Amino acid sequence: MLTRNDSAPDFELHATPDQKFALHEIKGKNVILAFYPADWSPVCGDQMSLYNEMLKYFKKYNAELLGISVDSKWCHMAYMQNRNLHFSLLADFHPRGEVAKKYGVYNEKEGQCERALFVIDGNGIIQWSYLSPVAINPGADGIIEALENIANKNKKTEYAEVNATGQ
Amino acid sequence: MPKLTPPVNKDDHIQGSPNARITLVEYGDFQCPNCGMAYPIIKNIQAEFGKILRFVFRHFPLTNAHPMALPAAIASEAAARQRRFWDMHDMIFEQQPALNSYALISFAMELGLNITQFKMDLQDKLLDEIVESHFESGVRSGVNGTPSFYINGYKYNGGNDHDSLYMAIEENMQPA
Repeated sequence: MLTRNDSAPDFELHATPDQKFALHEIKGKNVILAFYPADWSPVCGDQMSLYNEMLKYFKKYNAELLGISVDSKWCHMAYMQNRNLHFSLLADFHPRGEVAKKYGVYNEKEGQCERALFVIDGNGIIQWSYLSPVAINPGADGIIEALENIANKNKKTEYAEVNATGQ
Repeated sequence: MPKLTPPVNKDDHIQGSPNARITLVEYGDFQCPNCGMAYPIIKNIQAEFGKILRFVFRHFPLTNAHPMALPAAIASEAAARQRRFWDMHDMIFEQQPALNSYALISFAMELGLNITQFKMDLQDKLLDEIVESHFESGVRSGVNGTPSFYINGYKYNGGNDHDSLYMAIEENMQPA
């Protein structure tokens, strides 16, 4: 599994039946990659439905949330409509789990993604990653903390630059 | 293990004594069926532990899944302005299948609240902010579904059935 300071491998996957999405398209923004085993968990404890409610907190940190599973683009579409999701779900469907493998979070035995989180900064560097037990929805406290750390680091860099130029 | 952030404080809705050895916090959604099922279980737990336990409720409405969750949360805060938060909390959970906008007003009538005041408070943006602040604290505390429970400040990850909760609380009563 990739960890802090690794660079995030680029990829291109279907976000809707007729649209592809590539990671490099949102370079400059922070990215939350949430790999999860499958669509259609019961709603009250469903990780994607939960994150759907938290989008505005992620936006506050200039972060884009992307969900990834091996479900097909059609399955994602039905699930998104059913749950009223307002962020992209990417289909790591063909070849199955290719992107999950690049990030080291593909479960070969089950043929699905692990439940894993990556927070990637605007330069495409992984700043935080977390592997959750498959049955446990990890919540978002770790994500928010990672985004806060990135924001603080950016602030410090900015101060250092200002001081260096003596402005 | 995720930690309750911020800890229980004077702005919380608290049932029980400040000196209770056990503090049980629920992040809940008034329209969530699992929270509805947990409601009588919590009542039992409160009865069983008596003064040993205090119970705190914080809002965690899943607004996309449950359209009445936020209006219900705000109604409970409006009732709180008339010092009747827990009565409204109980009534909403007891009549959860009947939840709609009209029902919230009729609950308020049934509780004998000042309805003019109640309706005015429903429009008050400050109540939205309270619910919002609960939700944000839940995000920071690692809420991963509703209901999410915290025992003495730490997230409880066991089942929401009576026996699992009861045993987890008992474990917390052992001297460290």
